[in-house]
Amino acid sequence: MTEPPMEPPESGRRAAVVTVPMIVAGVCLAIPFVAMLWVGSYARLTPTFIGIPFFYWYQMAWVPISTGLTVIAYVIVRRHERAHKAEAGERA
Amino acid sequence: MKDGVNGVALAVFIFFFLVVTVMGFVASRWRRAENADNLDEWGLGGRSFGTWITWFLLGGDLYTAYTFVAVPAAIYAGGAAGFFAVPYTILCYPLVFTFLPRLWSVAHKHGYVTSSDFVRGRFGSKGLSLALALTGLLATMPYIALQLVGIQAVLDVLGVGGGSNWFMKDLPLLIAFGVLAAYTYSAGLRAPALIAFVKDALIYIVIIVAIIYIPIKLGGFEHIFAKAGDAFAQKNPATGKPRGSLVSGPDAQWAYATLALGSAMALFLYPHSVTAVLSSKSRNVIRRNTTILPLYSLMLGLLAMLGFMAIAAGVKVKNGQLAIPQLFEDMFPDWFTGVAFAAIGIGALVPAAIMSIAAANLFTRNIYKDFIKPDASPEHEAKVSKLASLLVKVGALIFVLTMDKTVAINFQLLGGIWILQTVPALVGGLFTRWFHRWGLLAGWAVGMTYGTWRAYDTPSATQDHFGNTNLIPFIGEKGYIGLTAFALNVIVAVVLTLVFKATGVRDGVDETKPSDYTADAGDPGVAEELPPATAGATGGH
Repeated sequence: MTEPPMEPPESGRRAAVVTVPMIVAGVCLAIPFVAMLWVGSYARLTPTFIGIPFFYWYQMAWVPISTGLTVIAYVIVRRHERAHKAEAGERA
Repeated sequence: MKDGVNGVALAVFIFFFLVVTVMGFVASRWRRAENADNLDEWGLGGRSFGTWITWFLLGGDLYTAYTFVAVPAAIYAGGAAGFFAVPYTILCYPLVFTFLPRLWSVAHKHGYVTSSDFVRGRFGSKGLSLALALTGLLATMPYIALQLVGIQAVLDVLGVGGGSNWFMKDLPLLIAFGVLAAYTYSAGLRAPALIAFVKDALIYIVIIVAIIYIPIKLGGFEHIFAKAGDAFAQKNPATGKPRGSLVSGPDAQWAYATLALGSAMALFLYPHSVTAVLSSKSRNVIRRNTTILPLYSLMLGLLAMLGFMAIAAGVKVKNGQLAIPQLFEDMFPDWFTGVAFAAIGIGALVPAAIMSIAAANLFTRNIYKDFIKPDASPEHEAKVSKLASLLVKVGALIFVLTMDKTVAINFQLLGGIWILQTVPALVGGLFTRWFHRWGLLAGWAVGMTYGTWRAYDTPSATQDHFGNTNLIPFIGEKGYIGLTAFALNVIVAVVLTLVFKATGVRDGVDETKPSDYTADAGDPGVAEELPPATAGATGGH
């Protein structure tokens, strides 16, 4: 992907921006890219689902799957931001 | 096409059109602020939209009438290749999740209305901001034109607008256009936001009915795909190649993947997407939307199935764009055809309105205020923007009426390639200040030139120019030209940034702070609803 380096050089570093849950969130967001861009993994006709070739129903099935992954990432990021805000509040 | 006018369908169509017209004008009073004479109100709906309104607005904005006609049309024409729209819309949401909340925060903190506003503030360069604004305008205009083409397709199949003289022929389109222009002018972004409810409700109903009713009539999906497979296998006598295929063949997979990825990266940088995103009231509204917007992707996938159904139903049209409207007219009872056509027609009005507002905002903020009248007051800005939105629409109308449809389609294709060239400055800028402004500008210029030239040089399925996939240098597979141009763009920007830094070429001043990118509604300095940008403040506050 095209993600540029995360930290601008002049930024004041805050404590522990990269935590394990945040990495999990990143992985959740990255999985659909692997699945969808690897076209060879799903370019076939069978097995069909109610008569629809694999190629089509498999990609449509990834809509709810990637949505689920995004929801997980959302929950993690929101929790992370709240924790950060609370921390900043204590310092202030 | 049946001869003559389909009276019942036309009546239903006109009914829904009247309903949304009334809604469009009523919208100017909906959630209205006390002081509405500024760009934040007219152009961003007061930046007050919550999760659901934003969802309808973005859905109405991104999944346009053209999408509804073009995606199944592409399937109808060539099969699997057209289905890349589904992975494309799957991939765009993780991307949105990653970068747009940052844009929202910095825009709220500094009162940015357009993405070019942000680039100017971040890199201290009006030149770079102008380049991006022009790119956005160039890419949006043909997109608006295509919405009108969508309405035209529906009117064609309905049998109206086929009169012998040019005035009668184009009269229905002129009326639709006039109404659209009038309520956008008076209500701003609130009009499409309100109409989007009707549009999406109609579209969902039509798709769900179509996806159940038509396969039953045609004997099930198995039968539909068998027939489509036969049709695709038939060789074109002129080229000796089959018409298409049911799965993406080994030599087409790079193209499929790069088209999906490149389009996903571009989608949310279109000015109209940015406008809709900035009109939301908090960071989490955007994030929540990335979890509910995929419902539209599912719908798009189902819609694509209609392309196969059109083949199985034996729909024969010269112009592929008419395949789906024709399928509806052949399959549905007249009254429901009217509902379906109303869905497409209104589906064109919503994005056309948002796009013209976004284009107008770009013009006002990044051309008019930056270069012509730096001391424009907020009232004056809003006035200029309203006029600009009219001009943009008239331009699109002239485009449609005077030029061949393929011109609009070609430009829309180029538009996607062009928008992709704004990624390094915009998305790059959201995460890092490392890039040098002139490096980014040079990268943009190289990407634009290469992309345009390469696209022009590539034959498409139906003509000698404006294809969207060609050989990728060094990889030797066919891929999306826009993505290749983007890679080139990034390389140039990185190399030149290193050169400029080493030689000490002066860089612009960054007016943003790292904490601006994570600020949320309720934080100090981020008002619930932003006060309008103050008069005379040219570069920030």
